[in-house]
Amino acid sequence: MVTQATARAGYYVLTDSVPPAEIKGGYSFYQIRLAESRLRARGDLVDVLLAFNQEAFDNSIQQLREGGILIYDSAELHPPESDRYRSYAVPLTDIAKNQVELTLAKNMVAVGVVAGLFGLEPIHVHRLLKESKLAKKGADILNKNLKAIDLGYAFVQEHVTERGSLEVRPSKLEGRIVLSGNHAVALGALVAGCRRYAGYPITPATDIMEFLADELPKLGGAVIQAEDEIAAIGMVLGASYAGQKSMTATSGPGVSLMTEMLGLASMAEIPAVVINCQRAGPSTGMPTRHEQGDLNLAVYGAHGEVQRVVLAPTSVMDCFWTTIDAFNLAEEFQMPAIVLQDTVLAVRTESIPRPDLSQVSIVNRRTFAYRDAGNGHEPGYDAASGPEHYLRYQITSDGVSPMAIPGTVGGAYVATGLEHTQAANTSSDARNHSAMTEKRFLKLEGVLKKAPPPHEYGDPSAEIGFLTWGSTLGVVVEAIDRLAAQGIKAHALAPRMLWPLPTHQIDAFLRNKRRVIVPEVNYTGQFAQLLKTHYQNVQFTRLNVYGGQPFDVSRVIESVTSERPSSNGSLSRAEATVHA
Amino acid sequence: MPETTVIDEHTIEDYKSGTKPTWCPGCGDFGVLNAVYNSLRAKGYTPEDVVLVSGIGCSSRLPFFSSTYGFHTVHGRTMPIATGIKVANPELKVLALGGDGDAFAIGGGHFIHAARRNLDVCYVIMDNAIYGLTKGQTSPTSMVGFVTKTTPKGTPDRPVNPLQLAMASGATFVARAFSGKPKELADLIVQGIDHKGFAIIDTYSPCPTFNKVNTFKYYRDQAQELPRDHNPADVMQAWARAQSTDPVYLGVLYRAEGESSFEDHIASAQTGDESQAAGVIESILERYS
Repeated sequence: MVTQATARAGYYVLTDSVPPAEIKGGYSFYQIRLAESRLRARGDLVDVLLAFNQEAFDNSIQQLREGGILIYDSAELHPPESDRYRSYAVPLTDIAKNQVELTLAKNMVAVGVVAGLFGLEPIHVHRLLKESKLAKKGADILNKNLKAIDLGYAFVQEHVTERGSLEVRPSKLEGRIVLSGNHAVALGALVAGCRRYAGYPITPATDIMEFLADELPKLGGAVIQAEDEIAAIGMVLGASYAGQKSMTATSGPGVSLMTEMLGLASMAEIPAVVINCQRAGPSTGMPTRHEQGDLNLAVYGAHGEVQRVVLAPTSVMDCFWTTIDAFNLAEEFQMPAIVLQDTVLAVRTESIPRPDLSQVSIVNRRTFAYRDAGNGHEPGYDAASGPEHYLRYQITSDGVSPMAIPGTVGGAYVATGLEHTQAANTSSDARNHSAMTEKRFLKLEGVLKKAPPPHEYGDPSAEIGFLTWGSTLGVVVEAIDRLAAQGIKAHALAPRMLWPLPTHQIDAFLRNKRRVIVPEVNYTGQFAQLLKTHYQNVQFTRLNVYGGQPFDVSRVIESVTSERPSSNGSLSRAEATVHA
Repeated sequence: MPETTVIDEHTIEDYKSGTKPTWCPGCGDFGVLNAVYNSLRAKGYTPEDVVLVSGIGCSSRLPFFSSTYGFHTVHGRTMPIATGIKVANPELKVLALGGDGDAFAIGGGHFIHAARRNLDVCYVIMDNAIYGLTKGQTSPTSMVGFVTKTTPKGTPDRPVNPLQLAMASGATFVARAFSGKPKELADLIVQGIDHKGFAIIDTYSPCPTFNKVNTFKYYRDQAQELPRDHNPADVMQAWARAQSTDPVYLGVLYRAEGESSFEDHIASAQTGDESQAAGVIESILERYS
């Protein structure tokens, strides 16, 4: 509620949250960051901590910056006095219980408190509340909640005097929307033309499916809840084979199960989009925590040698555009495209400019169409042999062969995971297997030419470079800004396509770099390893954290300012330089 | 002279591809293939409107021998792929085909859920109680004590009863057939296609190479048509006759009419069509602003 209200009031806003690991409840947090200019990451420390109970205080007090403000519910906890921060006891429960006469409204009192602290007019929150589901519960409930907001706001006005440093002036921002990364993915899919979705619930991907379950039927589409992830990808391939743009979203465990069928998609040349909302692994790992641990799985996870596209968005806005890119590349080159979403982006909400739909270009697959020219031959396709000799896997100059959609006269063929001839007949012939392997890999050259542009940030003349991917870019961008303030120049590149590796983009970046740091949230440095296989003479300095949390900005800064970064507890790995 | 509309009468040859079957001489699957051709001809389907979906195994090669569209998938995943095809284009005529290992071992989970959904697909299972393509190992329908190279002391596993599994899972058309009676099988496939909902036809299709027990002779001795007074709407009677091993019954054991299919459910949920896309996207953007 606060997020959307602040965005409407014209702030840049970015949130992060960790739900409790168990459904019964338990410690959870929700963080909101406001600014007058664009935000890239959640930030390391908070200015204000609002603790509803002792557990929240114990877990989060370390994140409160020196001189920050602690607000706590005086009915629930009594934190010790401290010089590090100023504390304010706010009787959230008492106000709700005695003045509002609705104990449950203590959250709304807290919303009023937050609004008061940041100088957000209560009117913005009122309006949202009136549009919300709460309004449907009757005037009494709505009015009590509105009153709760006002009381929280008034309490701050009266008791918290030193708020000045917190007030952020709203920018004159218009036409913005507040979206989570997962909803941006789902919206991108709709815009790209996705009309069939099959999935199996899994944290943190499920809200993509829930979003599409509401929206797809409105435009003649369908969502199927499958019995497992194998079935989900099977339904996607069946629907795509039958001519519909189709997608599934899952997390690492689901992709593991889908691996065999992804190979079928490569072999039978069927477009498919798979969103992998990466979480901390291996195995069930930490389902609500962040890790960039599935790059190897996305690129290499297969038996045999497969062709696929791997993309990684870096921000909520990017989630929208990258999903469209994934559909376009999958459809044009008839192969699976995997989008490496991550937990940080999946749950983050961000105020972003309303996407300009006029900038969207949609690519559809090349299809086989039977056109009877009167002589039984189809002009423009293969007039010499005629449509009765349609070749589903015809070897073409770019490896892409027209795909017949079932129902098309003259196009009947059998899609198969067996090696096959151009006419889709099974074959174990050595020359045929070589030729068809080359045909399928040729398509990756076309993919490279269509690689979406990478993100760059900082001073291109800098000799210090960060090569990174996914949501880690946001942290790197903030680090570069802070380094610049210290007079240190740095430059960042985050390719949005990770496979095939867009070396043409990376070559240009590496040209003047003396030190290349590769920050990523994993232990083994998967992106650094991938880079190393192509750049054997470049030294990449790995920078890894793997505690289930994103990087702190300070950790990235340290990697530049100190030759040997001080050990930051057990979460950080000693810096290791990768030698050629 | 006005042009006359010629009603497209298809011949069996129209459904054959140029590819010769890869099966051993005497394989039960030949009878099933002929029954498939005959049922498609009986329905008068244009080959390009038909998709034959299969898994992996000897019997799953069947789509290659037909002139229709086909999808030879991966082992056990016939049902998910068939589901995707039907949900993408319910107009297509989808026939699912495969073996007992494909349907009840590696694909057992999917079988249950396709039945639960009442997917409007006819699934012909070529049941030979053996793994043939891997040269003779026990299968989920092999009888207890069946000796194979992987079970030299005989398999301890009790066989799956495909008909009872289908009924318990919610299938609305449950039949058993024998490839030694291809005419009756073709008739059952037509009934299975005409049935709205999930139709399973468990078809004894002997493997003369690796299963020396469940032979054509074995089934000729064991199998007989259901009694004339069998009532397929009576689920308890169907259950009892599915349990019987001597004789084993051939025909439609169970049929529930008038149940809505998965495709019906999908269609009824669709409140708009592609022409609404721009408006739906616009309204989402409004909601998030």
